[in-house]
This record gives sequence, structure tokens and C-alpha cells, in this order.
Amino acid sequence: MEKAALKKDVISRLRKDILLLEGYKPPLTGNSNAIGLGLIEDAFPNAVFPRGSIHEFLCDQPEHAAASGGFISGLLKSLMKQGGACLWIGLSRTIFPPALKAFGVEPDRIIFIDLKRERDVLWVMEEAIKCEGLAAVIAEIEAVSFTESRRLQLAVEKSRVTGFIVRNDLQKLSSTACAARWKITPLPSEIDNGLPGVGFPKWNVELLKVKNGNPGEWKMEWSDQGFRPSREKALNAPLKQTERKAG
Amino acid sequence: MLLLSRQNEKPDNMKKRFIVVWFRHLTTDWLTLRRPDLQSVPFVIAAPDHGRLMIIATNMLAETQGILPGMVVADAKAIHPEIEVIHAIPGITEKLLKALGEWCIRYTPIISVDLPDGLILDMSGCAHLWGGERGYLKEIVNRLRSKGYDARAAITDTIGTAWAVSRYGRVNPIIEPEQQASALLNLPPEALRLEPLIIERLQKLGFRTIGSFIDMPRSVLRRRFGAAFIQRLDQALGLEEEYRIPIIPIEAYQERLPCLEPVRTATAIEIALQTLLERLCERLQKEGKGIRTAIFRGYRVDGKTVHIDIGTNRPTHNIRHIFKLFELKISSIEPALGIELFILDAPKVEDVSLDQETLWNEERKQLDDLIIAELLDKVAGKVGAHNIRRYLPQEHYWPERSIKQSSSLQEQPATTWRTDRPRPVQLLSYPQRVEVTAPIPDYPPILFRYKNKVHHIKKADGPERIEREWWLEEGEHRDYYTVEDQDGQRYWLFRAGHYSAEQSQWFIHGFFA
Repeated sequence: MEKAALKKDVISRLRKDILLLEGYKPPLTGNSNAIGLGLIEDAFPNAVFPRGSIHEFLCDQPEHAAASGGFISGLLKSLMKQGGACLWIGLSRTIFPPALKAFGVEPDRIIFIDLKRERDVLWVMEEAIKCEGLAAVIAEIEAVSFTESRRLQLAVEKSRVTGFIVRNDLQKLSSTACAARWKITPLPSEIDNGLPGVGFPKWNVELLKVKNGNPGEWKMEWSDQGFRPSREKALNAPLKQTERKAG
Repeated sequence: MLLLSRQNEKPDNMKKRFIVVWFRHLTTDWLTLRRPDLQSVPFVIAAPDHGRLMIIATNMLAETQGILPGMVVADAKAIHPEIEVIHAIPGITEKLLKALGEWCIRYTPIISVDLPDGLILDMSGCAHLWGGERGYLKEIVNRLRSKGYDARAAITDTIGTAWAVSRYGRVNPIIEPEQQASALLNLPPEALRLEPLIIERLQKLGFRTIGSFIDMPRSVLRRRFGAAFIQRLDQALGLEEEYRIPIIPIEAYQERLPCLEPVRTATAIEIALQTLLERLCERLQKEGKGIRTAIFRGYRVDGKTVHIDIGTNRPTHNIRHIFKLFELKISSIEPALGIELFILDAPKVEDVSLDQETLWNEERKQLDDLIIAELLDKVAGKVGAHNIRRYLPQEHYWPERSIKQSSSLQEQPATTWRTDRPRPVQLLSYPQRVEVTAPIPDYPPILFRYKNKVHHIKKADGPERIEREWWLEEGEHRDYYTVEDQDGQRYWLFRAGHYSAEQSQWFIHGFFA
């Protein structure tokens, strides 16, 4: 029994060492770095949301794009707490700035860049994530190749800017060098006691891939200026190791 | 001598030197260039005047026949019956001189047109680049002659004397500083740019050369020939300043870099840009100013100019940053056979606020941080500034008008962002028609069809009526509903106008998170 405990201890220590070698630093002080995702954060290495890396969001319908937009805005709230600006780059942007205020983001601190060519989006994205004055950069793009994502990932590792890529063409899905791949889909909202009306935004948050972490699926709600786990009792735990998808 | 003592009193710290270029056959030379068949034919250019054709310009061949400007065409035909007469093109002289002046900008930045047949170049401090005044004059005249223009030029301290020597001088086209008076002595009075009436009077009185009256008392000359005569004389001698309007206005912040050999490579262009930027930014830094717009021009050997321009969001004299902005566009410069002169202009310059330096290292990041301004400059240089947008709230309920574009990063919202009403994360730029089933007045529809998909509405909020602002535009009001379908997807629908079972028009305007 004692031997088994010792083994476990050794393995967890080795895991931490490997993470350190890969550049993931353990959190210094308590919860100050938390992004407000609650349970989901446990899925990440060291249980810290990886800032300074590229996150990829998949959405092929405008409804999903809206859900992803809301979810990203919720993350921006924490990312922009220290001030700074945010760049939102897109080809045919339909984000409506006043709505972002409901997710705790000052819309006047976001700079929108509307472009016509995909090549320009990638160029602006790369230039932007090299700029340390920014809190986050969001790019809406059809597809991104492995090489392109690797370039972006290397750039953010140096500047510690968080990058989000919103991909809207799932036909061209390929493997990327991004730190995480998300899929946010809307769920019916919850209303207490059968009252009329539409409730708080509620999403099915799928973490399809995460580097050195555990992918999973959660139900989240945006209420009271923060992410809350869905109130209904459902599977709110990360997938077991055996069910884990490749990547 | 009285004149010389007065000349010495002149408070002048920088010695002015002018070169006046005279085109003896400006329009005819130009025509010969356009029509080579005229090269061996005597021809004149004529314009109607008082009901007859007057010759206004002749070519060399016609001149040797004794045909001179100012004659009537009929008289010229009497001398030489086969002479070709070409009608004058109005305004061509001005155009030609301006184009020639712009070409001459490689020799000096200050050039003015001297109608009807000359150019005045302020060459102060330029000649050493061509190895002295003789080389400078030779270069200009030879280049113009090789182009096909019969040009003569003279260099002196004053425009008046240079004009005189270029037209009437026979000995030396370069007059040493302060030697105008002796240069003028043997020239005819016409060389002083006088009215024909005064010239006639001078000739009647037997003044064949300027030297015969230059030493006369001024009061006598003034009484006889008027104040304009004295002014011309003084201008020629350098006792009175003469002002000219340059064809290209002088930029306050401009740097020039002539190249000994025409350059063609990108590296050379970058070196030129770097050198010019260092000079300009050093000057700007001393004056506490920064560039808002800058133009980098290259003058090519074939007479064309190429240019690239940049703009910045806030005044800057950071060489590295401005160079990076230009660097993106250097590839668009076509050097062709080579560029022989580079000019960097800063037409818009503003005071640099000092606080931007302190913001640089501050822990808390700001929106108007220098680093972000520089990033946006770069993006604007590549994709255009109109593509960069920032929004501020506006006090309108109408969704399309509830935001306005802000022109700068510093502008703060005048009102707060409203959160009391639900607004969709994605707003369609134009509302799209949807088919609905809405059986009950003023209730949300029970289903709608959008993009061939039927959505059954399970939950709904509303209506929120938004009136159209009649003082801005006319039309129906909108009743907005927030609806959620069977899959949990949330939409923003509205009905235009009041409910009526058949005619109600429904639209989808956005998607909620």
C-alpha cells in the first residue's frame, strides 16, 4: 500500500517536472490567475487557463458563432482586468459591440479590424499578437493550417498575449498547434418555476483538445457577471482517460 | 564708388546665387520634338491678333531667314513663301515651363517660372554637389540641350543680372559675387527687363549701354524714367530684393538626398530612407514635434517620380517606427533605370506630448498606449486606415444607430453602454425577412422559417418596441422579440409596424449568445 502511494507521488512529481520543461509554470499565488471558468480550469495543465497561447473555437453556424462570441467575451472580462486593449479581426464581422457590455467587457476598448482577404487577417493577427500592449487578439477566419498556427503559437509564447481563432469552416478542419480547441453550442436556458421569458445564456462547452490537459464537456451559464456551472445535475466532470479523444 | 559702399551695407548672412535659364525657342523646340519632320523646315507659330496672324515664335531656320517674332505672317511669307505656319496652342508656354521647372527640381528645391521663356533657379548652396558653379551650369545646359531645347543660362547674385547675362551676355555666363555692376556695363538697356516705351526713350537719348547711365544720380533717372525703372536697376544690382513664387511650395520639414549614381536596389532605397529619416527626426526631436504624415519621393532618371506615403495615429519621431511603416511599402517603388534623388517630406507635423514617454513602461496597459498606436499605424499602412474601427455608444435606441465610429483612440465614451435591454452578440448588418406563424396579436410567433429551417419557439421575451426616429428617417416602428427555439438557439426577431394577420412583415436581426 505504502509502495503504491510512493509510486503515485513519484509519478505526479515527474508530471510536474515535464510540464515545467514544456514551459508551463505552476501558479505562484492562490487563485489570482483564475479566469473564472470554475471546474473547467481543472482540465488545463496545472489547473491554470493557458494565457499566452492560441485557443481555437469551432463554429459553423451563426448561432454557434454568437455563443462562441459570448463565451470569448466572458474570458475577455478577466483578461482585460489589468487594462489593455483587444483586437477583433474578421472578414465579415457581425459582432454587435453593445452586447459585449453584458459580458463585462468595455466595448470601446476593443478595436475592430474588418478585412477583405484571409491572408491579411493572418498578417494582422501575427503583427497584433507580437504587440505586448494588447490583452487579447481575436481573429475570425475560415481555416488555419498547421504551419500558420505554429507561427502564431510561437509568437504568443514570446509576448504572452492570448489569441483566439474563431474558425467557421469545419470542412477544412486540420490539426493545429493551438493550445486548446473549443466548441461552444447554445443550450436551452433555464427558467425557475416555469416563469415566462428567456433565461441566461447557457452553453454546452466542449474542450475537444487541450495540450497536456484533459478534454471534457461541461454545461455553463453566464449569470451574475460570471461563468456558473449549469444548475441541473448533469455530467460536469472531465471525461475519463479511456474516453479521451486523440490529440 | 557709391554703389559698392551701399552694397556692402546690405545685411545678408547667406550669399544668394541665382541661375536663370533662357529657352530661346521654347515652343518651336517642343514642336520639333513632337514632330521630327519639322526639324529641317523653317516654321513659325502664329496667333491671330487684331484680325491678322502675328508670329509669336520661330525656329532657328526661320530666324536665319530674317523672320522674327512680332512680324505679321503675310510679311514672313513675302520673305520666304514656303514657310510653314502653325497655329499657337493657348497656354502651352506656361505648361511647358512648369514641366521643365519640375524636371529641374533635381538641381535646387526653389524654382520659379519666368514667363514667357525662362526659369529662375535659386541655387544658393547647391552648386558644390556638381563640383562648382561651372560644372553646375554645364550640367543643366547640356542636359537641356541634349533633350532638344536651345537653352542658355547665367549665374549671378541677382535674378536681374542673371536674366540680363543669359540673354545679352557674350563673354562669361558666370559672374563672380558682387560683380553685377561691371557685368552690366556693356549690355544694352533691354537687358534690364524694362517696358518697351522706356527702352525706346533710352535709345532716343543715345543710351546704348547700361554703363552709359548707371552712374547718373538716382533722382535724375527717377524723374526721367519713373520708379519702375529704378526698381529694375536696383534689382539687377542687388540693392533691392526680388521675390518669386516657387512652382513647388517649400515644405517646412523636408530632407533631400541626391545620389551620385542612380540607385536601383531595395537595399539602397532603404539606406536612403534611413539617412533621410535620421536627419528629419533629429530636427523634429529638437523642436519637440512628431510626424503625422510623411511622403517619401524618388526622382527617377527617366523623369518620372515615384512616391510612398504613410500616416500615423499620433505624432512620432521614432525613427525605427516610421521606418517600419515605410518598409511595408518599399516594394511598391519601381526604380526602373534608377533613382537619382530622394526627398522626404513631412506635410503634417504636430507637437509630441511628453506624457507618452512615461506611459511606455507603465505596468497598467492603456488603450492609447504608444505601442498600440504603433501597431495600428502598421496595420493601417498595410490594409488601410478605414478598416480599423472603434465604437462608442450613442444615445439612440434604434440598434443600427446606437453605436458610432470613433476617430481616435483617445476619445472617451460620452454616455455609458446600456445593459438594461437585451442586445444580440451577432447583429446582421441588414435585417433579413423570415416567414413566421404568429396567430395571436402582439405575441411572439410560434415558429419561424429562416434559411429553409423551421424553428419552433419555446421561450420568448418581448415585445420591446423601438420607434423609428422620424426626424432622421421615415418608416415603421419595430417590435423586437427575444426568442429561443427547440435547440436552445436564441434569436432577435422583429415585426415591422403594427400587427395584421396577413400583412405583418417579420425579420431576423441577430443571434444571442
